[in-house]
Amino acid sequence: MKIAELLKKGPLVINVGLRDFARDLEDQQVDVVQLEWRPPAPEDDEMKRLLEKLL
Amino acid sequence: MGATALSVRRHTYLDSVFLMRVAKALEGGPGINNVAVVMATPANKELLHDAGFIGADVDSSGPDDLVIAVAAQTDGQARAAIAGVDSLLAGSILEGSQIARSWDDALSQLPDANLAAISVPGEYAATEIEHALEVGLHVFCFSSNVSLADEIRLKQVAASRDLLLMGPDCGTAIIAGRGLGFSNAVRRGPIGIVGGSGTGIQAVSCLVDAGGSGVSHAIGSGSRDLSDDVGGITTFAGLRALADDATTKVIVLVSKTPGAQTLARLQEIIRSLGKPVVTCFLGGPTSGTALTFEQAAGQALGFAGAGPLRNGTVTAVPTHVEGRARGLFAGGSLLYETQRILQQADVSPARYELVDMGSEELTRGRAHPMIDSRHRAERIIATAEDPTVGILLLDFVLGRGAAADPAGDLIPAIGEARSRAAREGRSLVVVASVCGTDGDPQDRGRQAAALTEAGVIVLPTSARAATYVAEALR
Amino acid sequence: MSATAADLKGRVEAANTVALARLVTADPVLIDVAPAGEVVQGLEGRMILHAGPPIPWERMCGAMRGSLVGLVLWEGWASAPEEAERLLAAGKVRLEPNHHHHGVGPMAGTTSPSLPVWVVENRTSGNLAYCRLAEGMQQFGQFDIEALSGLNRWRDVWAPSIRAGLRKRGPIPLKSIIARALQMGDELHNRPNAASSLFANLMAQAMVDADVPKAALLQTMGYLAGNEFLFLGISMAAAKSAAEPLEGVEDSTLVTAMARNGVEFGIRVSGLPGQWFIAPAPPVDGLFLPGFKAEDAGLDMGDSAITETVGWGGFVLGGAPGILALTGGTPEQALRISREMREITAGLSPDYRMPALGFAGTAVGIDIRKVVATGIEPVIDTAIAHREPGHPKIGGGLVRAPLDCFRKALAEFAHRHGV
Repeated sequence: MKIAELLKKGPLVINVGLRDFARDLEDQQVDVVQLEWRPPAPEDDEMKRLLEKLL
Repeated sequence: MGATALSVRRHTYLDSVFLMRVAKALEGGPGINNVAVVMATPANKELLHDAGFIGADVDSSGPDDLVIAVAAQTDGQARAAIAGVDSLLAGSILEGSQIARSWDDALSQLPDANLAAISVPGEYAATEIEHALEVGLHVFCFSSNVSLADEIRLKQVAASRDLLLMGPDCGTAIIAGRGLGFSNAVRRGPIGIVGGSGTGIQAVSCLVDAGGSGVSHAIGSGSRDLSDDVGGITTFAGLRALADDATTKVIVLVSKTPGAQTLARLQEIIRSLGKPVVTCFLGGPTSGTALTFEQAAGQALGFAGAGPLRNGTVTAVPTHVEGRARGLFAGGSLLYETQRILQQADVSPARYELVDMGSEELTRGRAHPMIDSRHRAERIIATAEDPTVGILLLDFVLGRGAAADPAGDLIPAIGEARSRAAREGRSLVVVASVCGTDGDPQDRGRQAAALTEAGVIVLPTSARAATYVAEALR
Repeated sequence: MSATAADLKGRVEAANTVALARLVTADPVLIDVAPAGEVVQGLEGRMILHAGPPIPWERMCGAMRGSLVGLVLWEGWASAPEEAERLLAAGKVRLEPNHHHHGVGPMAGTTSPSLPVWVVENRTSGNLAYCRLAEGMQQFGQFDIEALSGLNRWRDVWAPSIRAGLRKRGPIPLKSIIARALQMGDELHNRPNAASSLFANLMAQAMVDADVPKAALLQTMGYLAGNEFLFLGISMAAAKSAAEPLEGVEDSTLVTAMARNGVEFGIRVSGLPGQWFIAPAPPVDGLFLPGFKAEDAGLDMGDSAITETVGWGGFVLGGAPGILALTGGTPEQALRISREMREITAGLSPDYRMPALGFAGTAVGIDIRKVVATGIEPVIDTAIAHREPGHPKIGGGLVRAPLDCFRKALAEFAHRHGV
């Protein structure tokens, strides 16, 4: 009954993306952690191959 | 022109970087044009002077003195900002959001986390949703442009784990009184909402609040949830959760018209819930129990033993307008609602043209019109160049996440459009509705008053604004 | 794994151990303040050095152009800004990076022959390094009378007085000043306040002992006492003197310089001497001084990231609570950044320590392999210049070195080693 628990307890949030959303939640006294999201580096097989030899 | 206010705190030394942060926080306040919070060093005094902050207090201050200077549109706003500075200087500003570098890091900082709010660019959203579900979090996903296949797959994963996946393309939710995304300051109460439309949830929740009741929870489902492809996975989970929720007495469902198969299944489920359910479907022939958001709110208030919805003051009886109506909408669902009302009133489609300024084509490379009014302002002014348009219809959506002063952002453009039309001997009637509450940061009452003062005919709901237009065109 | 691959990894590790040892045993000593033309090799005639990797006038950002116009006027090579621009556009003033001349400069980093520079000797390796004064106007692109008169006072009063004091007192070891300042909450890049103060205390007595005339003495003491960024020029020269001996350690993957010209971000790598690996300069996530906004900001600029290259600046945010507001939050986050930097470095400094991290040594020796493997980009805290010429400092903030620089360097390194 995880959904029921969410409704009962209210949200405790990990915010991934727009910081304003985290700020709006803080203003409502919601515990929130901002996850510093950046686009993932493109999977780069070439770099992987080099690192296997070098690191 | 605006007003300035100055305050000098003697022998109060604070770090310049810290002060920049305080200044940044003040800049966000209503009507604020410019802010300086600096130690009164000779260089800073010069900066203050150049910025037009001039006063004997400043002249006599020295490097150990703190100067707070605010330029705002009104004297009251400037003084309010100065009064607010003490809490900022007390240091609470440093306790900003906690920042994590990875999911692991975030979970270690907030081990009790139960929900992930995701607003990354659409192409990356599926990966983040999947991760959040894997670690057992419910998800509110604001991002759009997630593929249909991903949406179906992820909603199935969520359902199998008893997790709620709100979205993708979910603009609004309210969980236990806490708003996510774009949401308004509404009272808590017995009315639960499930919605595939963000502005639909906003409109109904604000009207429920205006009717003296409140919202238990509002669960967003994403714009495609009730399509036959997705099959209503989140909507059904939301309806069941609200049926089980003791605080919810009445349920409102607002959405685009469901797919045929899903509609049948939906009706079955609604019958099984054991609570009154109000439905409002837009953008298709099937309307549900209510034709408009206002009707939906009114029915819900009735079931909750509250209301009726206050009528507000209708400012003017429509006079006949020649020419066509143009609606420039920030809220897509409000457009559908208007369209339905005009169709029901048998207004010929040739007489009106409704533009969704938040649509994908019109927001490419731009912020959404609820956040940034500039594009809509341009279109308003351009409207004056079209002699066939006699009436302009606008919506203003307030709340957390929306622009700080949506009315103020568009009033200059409205004035410009009206005077351009007048120069050519035409008159341009401007009609608007404001979706919001007086508790919203933008204050519904103030926004409506500012529009009225600017000569705009402000109706209490989007439906009435549409009706007004229909009558004017008749 | 093949024997050759194992050999190569071993060689890289061994080379990095050597390079790291050079970095952490560096012993920077301030020996002089002298006109750049007298001490900087190859800086002669109508020539100005600038920050970052090489860049022609046509492609320079507004702040760097403004800064160059300022120095052309100040040197008397032109009498009006338009004339200065014409000279610069016509290639009548040679422009080269500071880094090609054993030097560094904050922000635009512009260094012309008459401008006195800090001279630091690394007593361990015997090499010299230079850095111009740090100030808040001309190096940010302002070129009016006000900006240039500050340079006059530096040339005519402050620098000669400090020089006299130094000659009387003898060279000043910087390692202890820097180590103490780190423990006093400095990070030696945007917050060199404690180091500036420690240095001012030493110089006051030295200048009195040197019989600097009273008027000059008072002016210079006022300058030292009132300029919290004073030590930045010294810490940058010290960092450059420590980093330069790493150049040309065969097989080493450690970074010897990170520098930005306001258009491009460049790094140099120990085992790839003489080469720059560049990517577009990123915008700085920052806060702005009154009257300025994010739209006014130029891109990341300056040689000052030499401080991060040797493990100060953004790498020691955890020990510098005074600039926490720049990091956007709490002491825990700043500590996390300092810890995170350990994941991309070869070791910890035995001398430079952070009390806030249980006196752990600072993370030093950025390894391009680790940056690429982890995707963790070095953190730099920095000042912000205007994107147009003619403005002073407009703000400060945090920025990360672009991953692409490190990927390009790694690809070149691998290519050189036949991988």
